[in-house]
Amino acid sequence: MTQSLPPWHEIVLNVFKVNEVKLITYVPDNVLKPLIQALHADPYFTCFPTAREEEAVGILSGAWMAGLRGMLLMQTSGFATLPNVLASLPCAFQIPVMMMISERGTLGEFNVGQAAVCRTMRPILDSLAMEHHTVSRLDECEMIVDRTIRQAIMTQAPAALILSPLLTGGKVVAR
Amino acid sequence: MSGTTHNLKRMYRFDLTTRLVAKLKQEEAVIGGIGHSNFDLWAAGHRPQNFYMLGSMGLAIPIAMGVALAQPARKTFALEGDGSLLMELGCLTTVATQAPKNLIIILFDNGIYQITGGQPTPGAGADYVAIARACGLATAAWAANEAEFERMLDNALATDGPHFIGCKLDAQGPKAQTERDPAQIRDRFMRGMGTKKNRTLG
Ligand SMILES: Cc1ncc(C[n+]2csc(CCOP(=O)(O)OP(=O)(O)O)c2C)c(N)n1
Repeated sequence: MTQSLPPWHEIVLNVFKVNEVKLITYVPDNVLKPLIQALHADPYFTCFPTAREEEAVGILSGAWMAGLRGMLLMQTSGFATLPNVLASLPCAFQIPVMMMISERGTLGEFNVGQAAVCRTMRPILDSLAMEHHTVSRLDECEMIVDRTIRQAIMTQAPAALILSPLLTGGKVVAR
Repeated sequence: MSGTTHNLKRMYRFDLTTRLVAKLKQEEAVIGGIGHSNFDLWAAGHRPQNFYMLGSMGLAIPIAMGVALAQPARKTFALEGDGSLLMELGCLTTVATQAPKNLIIILFDNGIYQITGGQPTPGAGADYVAIARACGLATAAWAANEAEFERMLDNALATDGPHFIGCKLDAQGPKAQTERDPAQIRDRFMRGMGTKKNRTLG
């Protein structure tokens, strides 16, 4: 059944369009490369990198208040730089900043630093009482991404989508 | 306009903020940074198009940039302290590269973290206009005095940006303290931006 589905990044891009998520800010990650490339190639999206993930949280907060929906793409270590600004901007002001995190540091990671950072991610999300879902199966990708975006907007609450290596293949290390 | 910090008058933040607010006739957006930038924005007279930060140090310019991208026809100001800018200096490169025409950055440089007790910042000798220019904001300049600040504002309101106006501040504190109710600040700001339209009750 899953053989007939498009790749995860095509599903994600289409769900962004259906939900009018037009502004994409990112600090890149290898696993996100095909998604970032496709977003840049599609004139529907305004897509650009920021120097820090914090900066992107500010841009998306301002954009949402002024009527433009967006998504922040980053890797696990990028998310780990964010608790202060998430707590004091989208959480405190009830702004649906939406984040998509490529999960590094698990399922075959070579970098011990990434592995240590990865363990902080879900405890941080939980302690901020932030809605988060992990996408690990292609056949669940559309529903989880779509419903998480819709709920974030309707409840005016920030949310995080974690892309598991089970979905993306992760970063493959040579034996 | 000046590209160097010699002979710059040290000005009073509340006075500069009042001069800015007096020029806003088109429902321009203004984001007041953490520190005393947002206190004096509040003290200069609340407008629905004002957003007051309550944390997220360094994000006044990014927030303003997001507003500017969402509403290209609305001039959008960021009022940011030097300490806060230091925390997010990289954002100047993003602004320069994306170059939103309607974004105006006003830097309030007192050389200190005034709100936390007046400690000098590590950049007390830094030239933030030179930094902004080197990041690609070619027209960045210091305002030598109040009259020039007003002329630079008129120019920024009349021409495409992004603009960066540096102001050296004196040591005076803020005029008042912002009312701290983030959900209300956000709701009022969205109504000021026209993105929330239903009438409030009571
Ligand atoms: C990440 C972070 N570090 C430290 C602080 C504490 N803090 C709040 S405002 C501030 C100083 C702001 O300085 P500046 O932007 O120059 O404004 P001023 O107080 O001089 O008006 C500091 C250090 C904070 N809120 N967040």
